[in-house]
Parts: sequence; C-alpha cells; structure tokens
Amino acid sequence: MMAEYKLTVPLDTDVVSKLKAGDRVTLTGDVYTARDAAHKRLVDLLGEGKELPMPLQGQVIYYVGPSPTPPGKAIGSAGPTTSYRMDPYTPALIEKGLKGMIGKGERSEPVVDAMKEHGAVYFAATGGAAALISKRITKAEIIAYEDLGSEAIRKLTVEDFPVIVAQDSQGGNIYKEGQKKYAR
Amino acid sequence: MREISSAKITEEVARLCMESNFELGEDVWRALEEGLKKEESPVGREILSQILENADIAKSERMPICQDTGLAVVFVELGQDVHITGGDLEAAIDGGVKKGYTEGYLRKSSLGDPLERVNTGDNTPAVIHIRIVPGDRLRLCVVPKGGGAENMSRIAMLKPADGVEGVKQFVVDSVRTASANPCPPIVVGVGIGGTFELCAFNAKKALLREIGSTHPDPFYAGLEKELLVKVNDTGIGPQGLGGRITALAVHIEVAACHIASLPVAVNLNCHAARHKEVIL
Ligand code: SF4
Repeated sequence: MMAEYKLTVPLDTDVVSKLKAGDRVTLTGDVYTARDAAHKRLVDLLGEGKELPMPLQGQVIYYVGPSPTPPGKAIGSAGPTTSYRMDPYTPALIEKGLKGMIGKGERSEPVVDAMKEHGAVYFAATGGAAALISKRITKAEIIAYEDLGSEAIRKLTVEDFPVIVAQDSQGGNIYKEGQKKYAR
Repeated sequence: MREISSAKITEEVARLCMESNFELGEDVWRALEEGLKKEESPVGREILSQILENADIAKSERMPICQDTGLAVVFVELGQDVHITGGDLEAAIDGGVKKGYTEGYLRKSSLGDPLERVNTGDNTPAVIHIRIVPGDRLRLCVVPKGGGAENMSRIAMLKPADGVEGVKQFVVDSVRTASANPCPPIVVGVGIGGTFELCAFNAKKALLREIGSTHPDPFYAGLEKELLVKVNDTGIGPQGLGGRITALAVHIEVAACHIASLPVAVNLNCHAARHKEVIL
C-alpha cells in the first residue's frame, strides 16, 4: 500500500527507486523552478555543450510560475503548472542527472522511458493549492533568466513540501491505476 | 439617464480582480466540503482537504488562491439608460484590470500577440463581453480564467442526427481527455446550440451559474444531473489521481440553432472557480 516518506533534496538513486506511485512524500531542501521558456533555454544550452545555470545531478525541478511576492513574504502563491508542456525537453535533463520533477498532470511515454532508464521520479503537487504551498517555501532566489519574469529560474528552499508520487521509476502510474480503481 | 463615472468602473473592476482571486465563492466552498464527505479515495480526500485549507489561507492572508490568476474575463451588462461619463467603458475596465493585478500582486499572464509572445506586463487587455439590457444599472462580473482548464476546452459541430446522445458523449470525452490537466474537481460549462461562437460563449457563461442551482428547464436540469454522474463515473477524481469527485457541477446554456447544426462546446473550470460581481 501507499507509504509515507520525508525526503531531503538532492535525491539519490536508491531513494528514487523505492518510491512507488501513490506514495505520499514531503520534500525538504532546495528545488529549482522552470517552466516552458526556461526549459527551452536549458536544453538549447545542453545542445551547444554549454554549462547550465544550476546543477542537475540529484536535483528536483518544480514546474511553477509564482505570483509576485508581496511585501513581507518569501514568495507569492506558488502551485504547480501542467507538466506535459515540458515533456519535449525533459528526457535531455533526466539524462544529465535530474532525479525528480514536481508538477501536475500525466507525463508522456518518452519521459517515462527516460525516468525508467536513468532512475527518476515524477511528483504531483496539488494544482491550485498555491497559497498553501507558498507556506512551505521559506526562501526564493532568482538564479537565472530574470527577463522571463514569473518564468525565471528560482532556487526555492522548501520545508515539508507535500507531494504524491504520480509516476515512479518502474513505470507505475497513479493516474492510470487510480482512475481505473474508481471508475464505474 | 443615470450617470456612472468611468473612474468608478475602474475602481470596482480593480477590487473585483483582487477579491475574486483571494476569496473562493461560497458555492464552490460548499461543493468542495460536500465532495470531501463523499470522496472514497484517501488520496482524493487528502487533496480536497488541501484545497479547502488553501482557500482559508488565501482568504485570510489576501493571497491568490492559485498562482495562475488568469486572463481577466469581464462580463458586462449595461442598462440602456446608463450614461458613462469621463472616458470609454473598455478603457475603464482595462484600467481596473491593470490596477487590480498590480496592487494585488496578481500574476500577469497576458501576451500582447499570441505568436510574438511578449508579456504586456499588466494583464491587459481584458476579455470583455458586453450586453445592452433594459434599465439603468451596470453589472460587472470579473472571471479570472487560468490556462490549465481553458486549454482543455473544446467545441464540436455535431450532426443533428447525433442528437442528445452525441452531446453526452462529447461532454464526457472532453472531460476524460482533459483528465488531470484542468485541476479537478472541475466545473463543466456546456454550450448547446447557437452558432460556432455563440456556443463557445455560452459554455463560458454557464460557468458563472451558482453551483447547486438547477437549470430552469426540467429537461436540461435532468441532463445536467445525468452528465454529472457520467463525468464522476470516469474515476478521474481530485487532481486526476483517481476518485469519485471529478466534477462539482455540470451547467448547460442553450441557444436556438440552424436546422443543419448541432454545435456543442465544453468550457472547463478548475476547482479555483473564481468570479465576483457587482451591480452599480
Ligand atoms: S487549472 Fe486552475 S487551479 Fe489549476 S493551475 Fe490553472 S488556474 Fe490554478
């Protein structure tokens, strides 16, 4: 049945391989944000053989474009965006050591294949629970592509960020399994 | 002629932009609480609890419910005996959107051109729908519409022979294809009839009806109920992770149509089903 884990980022391969679709996880540590435009730039850099503005080995990328930070807060509302838009870029990042992704909605076959081959996991955060999630982010710092506004790459320090293992490194998929279970 | 100043309209639109993004409607709140009681999946219940807790935090701290504070869709009903003074109506509304999204620390998601894709920086232009109605009042309804749910919306020009069964199948298929992407539990707005553009408009308008209200026509009231059961039977559940609460409501808007046509449109709204209105 579903297990619960408290994990710290960066993630190592052993941890990733024991996670099963449906497990509940809280994440603590630093994660990096990136959406469509930032992904395109990262993958273009990889293609040119250049260095990325952040490390990838063992890291977690969170698909989010937060609302502006009001005075006195670490960050604005910051829930996940739909992940499939990142699918064309994701396998290249997984090949370079990316271990986890946080978003919402199902990933496509090429992403799943890369996750199985290199050992990576896809977490679902609750779309629209953006004010709640912002409470679990203690620090936010833009590290690249400030010109992209809400789509800039940020380093977020998170504490007990609640996520669910949506697709695991063995091909387990809670979207398919869960929906089948409750369909009538 | 009753006079309303454009400055007043700007002020009110700004306030509605902020309030709609900070405060979930009571009807949505109630529907989510009901859903939490009925949900069979433990993961689904956990998600519904998070969504309710989120709404509490957003309201008390005046933070956006969702970081995607949407494009600002504004429905206007302008009484024909109203005279707007001091500037034009659409500029007054755009002024309110700019003010509300800036002062409320709301995300600006509007691109001036769909292919150039450069952010306008203040979330304008708003998407404005104006209707002239009898009377001397002005009704403004602000609907922040996020991309996740909007992207999963669809329209089909069915054959008249497809009939009500074709409509049902299209609605359920649309929800199934959308799966987790529109952030279920969703509200399903359905337009039936009209022309291509009126049908799509009606699907969006259907999202504004209070959740829990019944369609005035018993036939469509029954169809809404039946569709809600069918949609929930997909098992998609909260966030698409499996469960019994896929939708909070199905709302239908109908329009007269051509003898050769049976248009049907589905506009989805996420659980952050935001809208706030004022009557001036
Ligand atoms: S679909 Fe709605 S709740 Fe989900 S991210 Fe978009 S605006 Fe937010």
